Amino acid sequence: MRELKILAIVIFFTAVVYWGVEPFAHSQMHPHVAPADFAFKDLGVNDKKGDATKGAETFLNAGCIGCHGVSSQGMEAPMDHASASASFGVVPPDLSTAGAIYDKNFLAALIKDPTKALKVEHKFNESRPHPMIAFFGLGGDLDQEVADIVAYLQSIAPVTPIDDKQVYADACQRCHDIKYDKVMSTTDKTALMAYMGTLPPDLSMMIRSKGKDYLTTFINNPQKQLAGTSMPRVGLTEKAQNQVIAYMEKVGDRKKAEREDLGYKLIGYMVLFTLLAYAWKVKIWREVH
Amino acid sequence: MAEIRKATGFIDWLDQRLAVNKFIKVMMTEYWIPKNINFLWAMGVVLMVLFMILIVSGIFLLMYYKPDINLAFDSVNYTIMQEVEYGWLWRHIHGVSASVIFLVIYIHMFTGIYYGSYKKGREIIWLTGMALFGMFSAEAFSGYMLPWGQMSYWAAQVITNLFGGIPFIGEALVVWIRGDFLVADATLTRFFMLHVLLLPLVILLLIAVHFYSLRVPHVNNQESEEFDFEDEAKKYLEGKKVESKVVPFWPVFLSKDFFVVGVALTIFFYLVCFHYDFAMDPINFEPANNMKTPAHIYPEWYFLWSYEVLRGFFFDIAGVAAMDIGLAAFGFANVIFMLLPFLDRNTDHVAPAHKRPLFFVWFWLLLIDMIVLTVYGKLPPTGNNAWVGFGATITFLVLFILLPIITKMEANCKCNTGGCK
Repeated sequence: MRELKILAIVIFFTAVVYWGVEPFAHSQMHPHVAPADFAFKDLGVNDKKGDATKGAETFLNAGCIGCHGVSSQGMEAPMDHASASASFGVVPPDLSTAGAIYDKNFLAALIKDPTKALKVEHKFNESRPHPMIAFFGLGGDLDQEVADIVAYLQSIAPVTPIDDKQVYADACQRCHDIKYDKVMSTTDKTALMAYMGTLPPDLSMMIRSKGKDYLTTFINNPQKQLAGTSMPRVGLTEKAQNQVIAYMEKVGDRKKAEREDLGYKLIGYMVLFTLLAYAWKVKIWREVH
Repeated sequence: MAEIRKATGFIDWLDQRLAVNKFIKVMMTEYWIPKNINFLWAMGVVLMVLFMILIVSGIFLLMYYKPDINLAFDSVNYTIMQEVEYGWLWRHIHGVSASVIFLVIYIHMFTGIYYGSYKKGREIIWLTGMALFGMFSAEAFSGYMLPWGQMSYWAAQVITNLFGGIPFIGEALVVWIRGDFLVADATLTRFFMLHVLLLPLVILLLIAVHFYSLRVPHVNNQESEEFDFEDEAKKYLEGKKVESKVVPFWPVFLSKDFFVVGVALTIFFYLVCFHYDFAMDPINFEPANNMKTPAHIYPEWYFLWSYEVLRGFFFDIAGVAAMDIGLAAFGFANVIFMLLPFLDRNTDHVAPAHKRPLFFVWFWLLLIDMIVLTVYGKLPPTGNNAWVGFGATITFLVLFILLPIITKMEANCKCNTGGCK
């Protein structure tokens, strides 16, 4: 069968070109990075067992609500978005869900040393301090006090599952727009630009420009994929991060279900067409061979 | 005027006024195609179908697309992809067929080269085909700019800059092409016009000439066998269908084409719905930003081989700047295929490559070299990659310099049953 031989050659060379241009070139341009680390091992482990009740007291005494709101507990943010943007460069997060969406170790490390946990030491130093002040303790055992605060945040976090969009809102919306879902950053753009050095990108299409794999390692540790970026490490748990990515996919690739459903129908129709065409061809060519 | 009598039916009514029966005979039922051909000859019809798909899907996209740098990106990625019913389908169909059409063009081209379908009486077919390839390239490039993503912008920047390398008028030419000192709104608007009006018109015209140019020398066949089409057609019409070496375009040849088109479209719709990403560069889903250069700038896969020829010379030679040598090589690569009928000096003899030993080797070396160029055209041009790209570029140039020599040797050989054995 000469035609099959020719077909095999065509397929072979097409496959080689595809492999070279897509997976191979991609692997060369985007060197492999270590998988996401949701234990945040580089920050060490705070092995103290926290007490939520004590934590609530420490939380208030440490002055956290000077900047942060905890709206689920009736503590509103002390400033509106515009004034907060002007004072801090970025609106401080409401901590109602923090205990659920951020990793416990990460939170503990963040409270003690924000620049280290956020991996923004390249941007903030003594002459340009990070807007979140490190917690130096109330005089007791620092690690114990930190563990208590984390335990408190976890105790007030909602027990019912938080929906994907809410996780995004709590973790990312302070800086990023998703304009295709009409979700805009809470921080004032001018203040944000000055604070970050560049305007954080709109995330509407990010799922298609970066893809799931890249986002998984990037959100977990931005410096690993893009050294020197102003984006801080966010410290989301694996579950919360997957929710953020799922939300981005829902916005950026809204027609996925419709596309796949229609895909089977279109392919099915073409297979049928091809079979009929083949039968017709055989019938017609029988006369001429 | 012909005598008009009372029509016996609608077809007859039309026939008296438009000679439709004669038209159908000339175009379809008595347009003769050699029987001895394989599925590679169906690529022309596949191309025609893909081009029609591009036009139809393009018209739908045109209803919502906005050729303005502030609106273009969102009109594609939001309005068309998310708000318009089945807008995503038209966009994916348009994007995927633009990419697939080049694969089929390359298969079509290499088929022509392999079977020697470009020479001895078929030069015009080859020339119009290559002109079509050039127009499709311009069409693809102008279309790639329209979503105004990062790669649209930077590709436009790089490609329009190339014209700056032309001596004396370069710089002014770049400004003239862009319509501005930078790639900007004026550039987008004119590329939009080229993409939706001027280039499609030229392509339609060229397709007509390409088809017409097939009529006189007729289509080649698998053995490059020459026979008298009129005699064979007569045999066919007398009912000696098995004995005749030809078949009519309709329904015999097209029945096979329908089958091949069916297979092609099955794969096509799989790509459209489940694997469209190969045809849409992820970087182009970031809006154009003239302040931020992407880490890697590269064209779509079908331009990679000539892009690699362009950047293959990465060091100055004998005082000539690498950039200038690259531009010259790029110019060479883009016109040399056009000259193929004249570079092949074995002008009288048409035979498939497997009957021409030297040409056979040349053909496969060319194909492999172009694949190497394509792959390395995408890789970062550093370290070993740069040297492989350089080697493949030199090989490409040398192959075309050698072609007249080896085909002349072949022609001088006495055993003219297909070159030297």
